[in-house]
Amino acid sequence: MKARVHVMLKNGVLDPQGEAVRHALGAMGFDSVNGVRQGKVIELDLADGTTEATVNEMCEKLLSNMVIESYTVEMS
Amino acid sequence: MHAAVVVFPGSNCDRDLAVAFEAAGAKVSMVWHKDTKLPDGVDIVGVPGGFSFGDYLRCGAIAANSPICNEVKAHADRGGYAIGICNGFQVLAETGVLPGALLRNVGLKYICKTVGLNVVTSQCAYTEGYSAGDIIDIPIAHHDGNYFADDDTIARLQGEDRVAFTYTENPNGAKGDIAGILSANKRVLGMMPHPERAADAGHGGTDGQALFRALSGILTPA
Repeated sequence: MKARVHVMLKNGVLDPQGEAVRHALGAMGFDSVNGVRQGKVIELDLADGTTEATVNEMCEKLLSNMVIESYTVEMS
Repeated sequence: MHAAVVVFPGSNCDRDLAVAFEAAGAKVSMVWHKDTKLPDGVDIVGVPGGFSFGDYLRCGAIAANSPICNEVKAHADRGGYAIGICNGFQVLAETGVLPGALLRNVGLKYICKTVGLNVVTSQCAYTEGYSAGDIIDIPIAHHDGNYFADDDTIARLQGEDRVAFTYTENPNGAKGDIAGILSANKRVLGMMPHPERAADAGHGGTDGQALFRALSGILTPA
């Protein structure tokens, strides 16, 4: 089984990389882009029976930093 | 004074930090990240600069979960002294020993230059060799030095006299111009600038020397 973890900077935390991407898109003529937030996706290959609660624990202890980031988990 | 300097794969200021401790009269033990115990009688732990574990995942995140960091955390929890410089600050923030986190510099550039720091407090073991209000020149060398914490935390740090240093000209977007902060008991210091790189006349500056010299008075093993 697999889990896909999305980690994003929390709202209110400045994302200078997303901002730089937004600038670049604007400079390329994509003037419809109001904002860009850049995050990361982490795919976990898990032993059968691993619970979402365990994945949440991994997120809170290592995969995301709860001071600045939030996460979502998709199990499949 | 007995200092332990933690070495992670990718640390690159570990020996500089050891030299600065030794110049201040300390006996220094180097401690590997896989070690599960600090040497007996350690007065202060130094977490050095560098790029531990290649900055993978987040700066300091993997180092913060290495075996020795459990010990560093326990040492700090029982009131031991610890200083984290640059990547070491990122590691201590990731362990939760210090509040907040270090984000990518607001200008997205790695910055390596000497900057001015305001000494905000002299009421801790690290800064008692300075006077509050002093301006000192210390090098920075980082890509992720933009200190972030929520507004309540920043206000608490300021209100409890736990901001050790601020930048005279903010180079990285850090909230409150914060360059270095202290733990609640003021025995743990995390700072992005590198005092160990300004601790010898050969470095081109000696403004960091007073920090290490002040520490030589620490003789209480935790």
